[in-house]
Amino acid sequence: MSQPKEIFVKTHRCVGCLSCTIACAVEHSKSKTLFGAISETPVPKSRVYVQWVEPDGKVPLVCRHCEDAPCMYACISGAISRDENGVVITDTDKCIGCWTCVMVCPYGVIGRHLEEHKAYRCDRCPDREIPACVSACPTGALVYDTVDSFSAKVRNHVSRELLRAERG
Amino acid sequence: MAYTDKILEKSIDPSVHKMLERAEKLNLETVWDRYEAMLPECGFGELGVCCRNCNMGPCRISPFDDQGPKKGVCGATADIIVARNLIRMIAGGAAAHSDHGRDLAHTLLLTAEGKGGGYEIKDEEKLKALAGEYSIETQGRTKEQIALDLARAVYGEFGKQEGFVQFTRRAPEKRVALWKSLGIDPRGIDREIVEIMHRTHIGVDNDPVNLILQGLKASIADGWGGSTIATELSDVLFGTPMPVRSQSNLGVLKQDHVNIIVHGHEPVLSEMIVAASNDPELVGLAEKLGAKGINVAGICCTGNEIIMRHGIPIVGNFLQQELAVITGAVEAMIVDVQCIMPSLGPLSECFHTKFISTSPKAKFPGAIHMEFSEEKAFDIARQIVQAAVENYSLRIPEKVLIPEDKTECMVGFSAEAIVKALGGTLDPLLNAIKSGDIKGIAGVVGCNNPKIKHDHGHVVLVRELIKNNVLVTTTGCNAIACAKSGLMLPEAADQAGDGLKGVCRTLGVPPVLHMGSCVDISRILTLCASVANALGVDISDLPVAGAAPEWMSEKAVSIGAYVVSSGIFTVLGTVPPVLGSKVVTELLTRGANEVVGATFAVEPDPVKGAGLMIAHMDKKRQALGI
Repeated sequence: MSQPKEIFVKTHRCVGCLSCTIACAVEHSKSKTLFGAISETPVPKSRVYVQWVEPDGKVPLVCRHCEDAPCMYACISGAISRDENGVVITDTDKCIGCWTCVMVCPYGVIGRHLEEHKAYRCDRCPDREIPACVSACPTGALVYDTVDSFSAKVRNHVSRELLRAERG
Repeated sequence: MAYTDKILEKSIDPSVHKMLERAEKLNLETVWDRYEAMLPECGFGELGVCCRNCNMGPCRISPFDDQGPKKGVCGATADIIVARNLIRMIAGGAAAHSDHGRDLAHTLLLTAEGKGGGYEIKDEEKLKALAGEYSIETQGRTKEQIALDLARAVYGEFGKQEGFVQFTRRAPEKRVALWKSLGIDPRGIDREIVEIMHRTHIGVDNDPVNLILQGLKASIADGWGGSTIATELSDVLFGTPMPVRSQSNLGVLKQDHVNIIVHGHEPVLSEMIVAASNDPELVGLAEKLGAKGINVAGICCTGNEIIMRHGIPIVGNFLQQELAVITGAVEAMIVDVQCIMPSLGPLSECFHTKFISTSPKAKFPGAIHMEFSEEKAFDIARQIVQAAVENYSLRIPEKVLIPEDKTECMVGFSAEAIVKALGGTLDPLLNAIKSGDIKGIAGVVGCNNPKIKHDHGHVVLVRELIKNNVLVTTTGCNAIACAKSGLMLPEAADQAGDGLKGVCRTLGVPPVLHMGSCVDISRILTLCASVANALGVDISDLPVAGAAPEWMSEKAVSIGAYVVSSGIFTVLGTVPPVLGSKVVTELLTRGANEVVGATFAVEPDPVKGAGLMIAHMDKKRQALGI
């Protein structure tokens, strides 16, 4: 079974430009273009968030699609399920807007759609090979990769650092 | 030769395909690669909603209503930020054009004082005509005496604090009265640019409409001031262009010659390079080194200046500057100011090409700086040409690949040349417009932009216009695109509608008239003013329209602003960074009609763009009852 890909965050690379938030909202608009999206109703929503942490931290956060997803178990209307790609999805027809998922989400990345009275979150851009936020990130702070490959790159990097330290 | 789709989609020009394939093979980076690496471009920037004008920010306004900040730290809304950013672009563009004009005024001053290192007054008739506009006495005076007074008067326009800029008075009286009533009749060229910088400082002008009006004011100071000065004084010093035949595209580079490219904008340098390249001693040196001669060719507007006055061939437009170096056949790329890519430095290092900067205002990484000064113009030009000639022996024959593509063109249609071609009066043109043989006049101008398939926007739009009997006047990178596409030959009249075809055949002119460099859009303004005055109407009443199908520079923003301020409907092929503000977008695309009698439209599809221009002309014709 092939490894599913996740959106990983390299917080040290984020410059806080918010390009990911724009790209996300545009991808979730009707027109899928920036110039079209800005005049649509309801206003397209971004599902990615960039938090500021004193004094200079910028942290992009997006649904982790947890393997053991608290939101999925907490949803009283059975609206949240996992699809064949491992993506946790909210069935908006079933969602009753009770916000239980919001209460249990450890990352705080579920939003409230005021016009539609539904919860919304990252859907990993089903129409795209690479999620829009990852494509839009100019600094590589967002990475779309499998756990194996991402970890291997981290190990590679740390190994080189370790050797350099040892050998001076 | 079959090229990949990736290459074919970048340009309509076969010489570009050839050189891009070469670049790919040699692993050389071009503007298209960098554009691709930049994607997606920043959405805040695209909408114009980021502000870096103070250090409480940088701020950016979320374009989506219920998410993110709606005001900058100071409280500026998207409308305020977009308006401030837009007019700062106008300030940049107006400064560039006008500083070019200032350099010409400086050259004329030195020449009149006898300190110009090789310059002379070539068009005495125009000198006297301009002196007349400034009420300078010409009777019984030498051309140097007249030129001295004219140069001082024109120099004064830049730092003027009160009154008006003389050449703005070429506009119809109705237009000038309108500018006065709106408070946008410029008082001096530099003053209006400085005032933009002041007004856009933190906490000054925070009314989007008031900001935009100041932008229009500065742009008028550019179009009818700085740019007109650049054009007119260039004509005085170097001669007013008259129709001349030449060639265009990368194929004008010669395998067996020393190839010198002049790139940039001001004719002050390139005129002297042309003169020095004819120096028998340097030609002899070239021959001694095995070359058959010295071949000077131009890129961008400096190319337009010298093709118009000397028939010196033109290598290409903005997006072809790197490709010229990649031919491996260029001994020297000599540059002055504006639209010169800093990438030329590292790229030239991959070849024997010497990248020579000349202006104290414009230095580049990897360039050899040989500073130019008007006082010793010819001597310095000679040194530069000599360096180029000596470099011929370092050319690596295996690295040379010159595309064969080159196209004949007829250029040099100054307003004076057009009147001359018409037989000394505008009447034949007016009659053709009245009869409908010519539906209207379009000014198609502007840059290249990798966001648009190179030259596609330009050429498709122009073809559509002439097919519909619209006479096209053009400058800048559009002019070069049209020359390369064969639209600047009298034979191109075959592609025009029947009415325009007949007019072109009678006069022996192309349906697309090359009027010069980007500052020479002033020639189009002067022509429009003459037509409007002859008909006793304002410019906004005429069946005329403008277009910048592939624009990218701040200069283009200033141009668009002064063209619309002059009453000419203008179609842009790429979206300006204003859509983040409904107020500014509405003002530019609709509200401006109530204010200056013209608007902007944005239409990336060139056929549809031409359609908008034609519909506008039809409307104006109907209103005029013709």
